Amino acid sequence: MALAERPSIIACPACAVGTPAGALEQGAAGGETIYLSLPAIHCAGCIATVERGLLARDDVRRARVNLNRKQVVVAVVPGTVPEALIDHLAALGIQANLLDSAALGASSDTHGRALLLRIAIAGFAMMNVMLMSVAVWSGAGDATRTLFHWLSAAITLPAIGYAAQPFFSNGWQALRVGRLNMDVPISLALILATAMSLYETAAGGADAYFDAALSLTFFLLVGRYLDHRCRTSARSAATELAALEVPRITRLTDDGREVINLSQAAIGDHIIVLPGGRIPVDGVVTEGASDIDRAMLTGESLPIAASIGTRLSAGEVNLTGPLTLRATAVGDDTTLRRMVTMIDAAESARNRYTALADRAAAIYAPAVHVLAFVTFVGWFVVAGDARLALNIAIAVLIITCPCALGLAVPAVSTAAAGRLFRRGLLVKDGTALERIAKTDTVVFDKTGTLTEGQLEIGAAAGLNDTQRRIALALAQSSSHPVSRAITFGLQGDAPAPVSQITEQPANGLTGQWQGQKVLLGSAAFVDAHSNDQHGAWLRIGDQTPVFLPLVARLREGAEEAVKTLADNGLHLHLISGDGPAATRDLAQALNIPNWHADQRPEDKVAYLNALEAEGRIVLMVGDGLNDTGALASAHASLSPASAVDAARAASDVVMLGQSLHVLPELITTAKQAKSRIIENFAIAAGYNALVIPFAMAGFVTPLLAAIAMSTSSITVLLNALRLTWGGRA
Amino acid sequence: MNILAILIPVSLGLGALGLIAFLWSLRADQYEDMDGAAWRILMDDETLPDADEDKDKNEAG
Repeated sequence: MALAERPSIIACPACAVGTPAGALEQGAAGGETIYLSLPAIHCAGCIATVERGLLARDDVRRARVNLNRKQVVVAVVPGTVPEALIDHLAALGIQANLLDSAALGASSDTHGRALLLRIAIAGFAMMNVMLMSVAVWSGAGDATRTLFHWLSAAITLPAIGYAAQPFFSNGWQALRVGRLNMDVPISLALILATAMSLYETAAGGADAYFDAALSLTFFLLVGRYLDHRCRTSARSAATELAALEVPRITRLTDDGREVINLSQAAIGDHIIVLPGGRIPVDGVVTEGASDIDRAMLTGESLPIAASIGTRLSAGEVNLTGPLTLRATAVGDDTTLRRMVTMIDAAESARNRYTALADRAAAIYAPAVHVLAFVTFVGWFVVAGDARLALNIAIAVLIITCPCALGLAVPAVSTAAAGRLFRRGLLVKDGTALERIAKTDTVVFDKTGTLTEGQLEIGAAAGLNDTQRRIALALAQSSSHPVSRAITFGLQGDAPAPVSQITEQPANGLTGQWQGQKVLLGSAAFVDAHSNDQHGAWLRIGDQTPVFLPLVARLREGAEEAVKTLADNGLHLHLISGDGPAATRDLAQALNIPNWHADQRPEDKVAYLNALEAEGRIVLMVGDGLNDTGALASAHASLSPASAVDAARAASDVVMLGQSLHVLPELITTAKQAKSRIIENFAIAAGYNALVIPFAMAGFVTPLLAAIAMSTSSITVLLNALRLTWGGRA
Repeated sequence: MNILAILIPVSLGLGALGLIAFLWSLRADQYEDMDGAAWRILMDDETLPDADEDKDKNEAG
């Protein structure tokens, strides 16, 4: 909203994908590789259009679209201006935004690759060992069995040594600080099973668990990989949002204008901010007059006037006229940075939250160790044979190893996040869905969240025909948001022949109509008594000024989202930094019972804390810097992609599309995901409860262990995938 | 039982072949853009999109 917007052109009808955010495109990316974000590409046609279109240019050496990331990597001859490529693509009907390649970081995912490699090794080894185990299970005798066991050992030892490293190192890290995590029983089972099998092989024994150790590694690595992919896809999308804002500013020096990095700005610099640009530093206006949108900082929906001497803060957006500022605070001293730092310092609810999987592990790990130990001691006492007792204890460890548990959570999170991503919701935090599932209260911000930045003319019925036509004639010559709203609202009328229209920034418009002076603007400008409502005044000659009320346009889907949430029995609150009149109107229009106006950022945080003290689980929905503290301290939070980056960073979920109608679905999906996770825990625990007595009684053979382990893993995976199927229907 | 001396190396060899093929595809960045690869199969490729300097400069619809 407050970002510069490019028209959202869509290349093919099938490409109905929400665009993440407009972008501030300034400056040029250095080097010979340019990264462009292509938010709307969707199909083969788009790929072909982009790649062929770019390759048709003489300055492009190579262009490769990555549809997963919705990016194109362009290798260009030195000195190519990214804007030229962006305009070229826009002419082809493709919206593109420049990405800051430095902020994007290394694009290849080395950790994910290493995991895939480990999965491949474990899978390969598992298949071969399983092949030989089948022969052993079907009755291969003495020499053959020992040969097969030795071969299995030769494959298993290096494979486990390499593939299971993540478990060993994680488990060791936990043990070193005196804690138990899921990786401790896993590592213990793997090491003991392999060591014992090796001993049995050397002694020519009947049972070896090489295949079990390998399939355990394989399934657990798959769980790890799913978990990793879930996190990185969200993280890379978040970095991309940050990379969209290239922080460059224009400084006015004695030699003329120069473009510098934001970090180079110093106090006393004269900085030029063009209309549509964001104010980069705190400063005082030294030249020009304009209107300033402060919605991001304060939540006020109407722009304020700025002229020489007005103090402006970083983060505000310049709307109508070019301004020159003298910087009074730069870098970490700006209002914006101070606000962000304050937010970072605040303790957030999610730091206190323990993930379901961790809570399960805290109960599970000690239980497994106790069971295995009891089995060992029991058999040693009863049978007096240490080797037999150890064998059975290891069977218990293998059977209880949290194979299904390790898959249960990542599989569900991946499936749920994938389903939400197709709906335009980006889940940034691993535990976000678990937290959202418990929501019973939703707190909304007003400006930019429930309403869009744009204004809309209210009841224009009070005006007569002449007045409407004059207002339209005046308004259509200006790009001020109020004028644009009036033009849009009155577009059915024919404009009156008004001549000599001039705009006085921060005041209004004047013109001549049938020899009379006509004025459209603020109350003071037309000598009217101001009221507490948003709007513009129109005066024709010496007649009494008339008022055109303006209301903020509702965000698409806001009404149905609020209604669905209320029907689902959630408590709804509206807290806004805007004035009481505007807030009350919106609350009444949407039927939100609890509303509070004039809330400063601290008030919002206090409000959420008060709700939490009442035992409410709050989902905060907001977009401005003034909401960021509240977003961070709420139990869970959501922000639209148009929000300031600090707000996006503080939120668990970012909404990529424009429409709010996905909000109820977020909560439903989160609830489903949580119940799936609990179901999966129950399935895994059920399997264990069923098999553990057999294992402790010493009836479990390697074959039975292999069957029990793979069936429980596969059941959990299938149960998780039901979420995705539901989403596609 | 002598047949085992042949069959075991053969089965291990085939498995290793599969593993090597996977490692090669991993190194060759074939898992970077799974969605894109699925769509690219539908493209008319008389102009290969990442062909180098001798690229066909005809605009394709």
